[in-house]
Amino acid sequence: MKRSVYLGLYVVIAILLILPFVLPNSFYMDLAIRMAINAIIVLGLNLLIGFAGQISMGHAGFLGIGAYASAVLPTHFGWHPLLAMGAGVVVTGLLAAVLARPIFKLKGHYLAMATLGLGIIINIILRNEAALTGGPDGMSVPPLGLLGFDLTSDKHWYWVVALLLSVSVWASLNLIDSPFGRALRALHGSEVASQVAGVDVVRYKVAIFVISAVFASLMGSVTAHYVGFVTPNFADFFHSIELVTMVVIGGMASVYGSLVGAVLLTALPQALSSLEGWETVAFGAILMACMIFMPRGLVPTLAAKFGRGN
Amino acid sequence: MALLEVKQLSIQFGGVKAVQNVSFSIDAGIVYAVIGPNGAGKTTLFNLITGVYTPTSGTILLDGEAIQGKAPNELARRGVARTFQNLQICMNMSAIENVMVGAHLRLDRNPLKAALRLPSITRRDAELRTESAELMRFVGLDQYIDARADSMPYGALKRLEIARALALKPRIIFLDEPAAGLNPKETIEVDALVRKVADSGVTVVLVEHDMKMVMNLSDRILVLDYGKKLAEGSGEEVRTNPDVIAAYLGTHA
Repeated sequence: MKRSVYLGLYVVIAILLILPFVLPNSFYMDLAIRMAINAIIVLGLNLLIGFAGQISMGHAGFLGIGAYASAVLPTHFGWHPLLAMGAGVVVTGLLAAVLARPIFKLKGHYLAMATLGLGIIINIILRNEAALTGGPDGMSVPPLGLLGFDLTSDKHWYWVVALLLSVSVWASLNLIDSPFGRALRALHGSEVASQVAGVDVVRYKVAIFVISAVFASLMGSVTAHYVGFVTPNFADFFHSIELVTMVVIGGMASVYGSLVGAVLLTALPQALSSLEGWETVAFGAILMACMIFMPRGLVPTLAAKFGRGN
Repeated sequence: MALLEVKQLSIQFGGVKAVQNVSFSIDAGIVYAVIGPNGAGKTTLFNLITGVYTPTSGTILLDGEAIQGKAPNELARRGVARTFQNLQICMNMSAIENVMVGAHLRLDRNPLKAALRLPSITRRDAELRTESAELMRFVGLDQYIDARADSMPYGALKRLEIARALALKPRIIFLDEPAAGLNPKETIEVDALVRKVADSGVTVVLVEHDMKMVMNLSDRILVLDYGKKLAEGSGEEVRTNPDVIAAYLGTHA
């Protein structure tokens, strides 16, 4: 991989630095924050789907675990929010690691079904444990205290999320261009060839599944604190599908594609809201057009068109 | 002692006995060829020895250690490398990255260190890149060092597989039809390459249909037919063996 891929990171940082000064009002600020949060989740998911060639149709479940860890533990048990966030990450990581072993014996549609089931189970638990989670109505989340002051204003949230996004992009680029990342891409390219080269295929699939699940859990916690309220919809099936769609539309195995996919699909419903009732139809039509004309996703297709790799 | 010793090896797929009670041994440092008509079980034998299949019965000893049923990645750890008859190239990666994957086990694979881009990781990767470019030159792929794998012609990809296998620094390398699909000129080049690999001290096991190449290169030859060992010996012994002649040309020839 060439040095030039890091150029994109500088562009991302530049945009993140300028954005708060050009956004006209808090509505756009809120949109930008949600885009950035989604972008981080999609980055993690793209490592799993795009780079390692595996699928997860239940990633919103992990997001839900993080979100509810941040809601339930401080509210009912008086934990510090950062500790709760950590607990969410640990629980998600362990759950993903334990379940990934049997799940990754499966391939293709079976793998998709297994991960889908996992996401649905998490969603059902959140819905039914009403005493703790507030059931379908959800529950409010205490603010996140950092270094003695509470994160409440959009401005503060923006900078926190922008920093997280920049670090995530950097770390993802690093990871892909490393022995670990090459092993992931190799098992995608040819599982048997990577195995013969010494890659412990199952172990790598499990590792990247855990990493991407932890990304989702962490951002679930961040979303919960930012929004101040969680509902089981955080963890529902449609949210999982939405995340996978962001990966596919932006471009599989493309770091910057993840960002583009997340930004577009977060903005699109807003942009289409003037269509009053027809927005879902327009949304679907746009997705279909993308898949028909750019099956590899926006960024890889455009990059190939203009003669640049990645 | 032989580097590789195969005893009474068998595998059965349903009712099909693809390899039956095959025994042979390979001394270190030689070129050993496995030949036989189509469907004789040559590739199955490779898959058994390199851990892609688990044998139904029998033992495989590598340097005295039983390795049958071990996964390919565990065998890679013990210095077993191979190429594939039907190419197994990672088309989603560049040519040189394919070679670098071959060195997987010699690298620090820690994802956290990689994500933080620690100097120890990047330094080692830079060294490996130089080393892999060197390997690509060794197999005659000088012009493809900066190429994407999916832009390379078939003949070049076959060599790329050999370079990837060599990046493992193997003790024994299994080449499954390295000359299949190549034109006569390319075949001669691969012939020379296999010689070079053998001369570098790696034991070579070869499945190949090009008899000229087999006779030219091999110290010993194993002949399989219908999953059974038909003959084994030097090129001359095999060539004059009446069973081998019958299997290749038919009994009434």
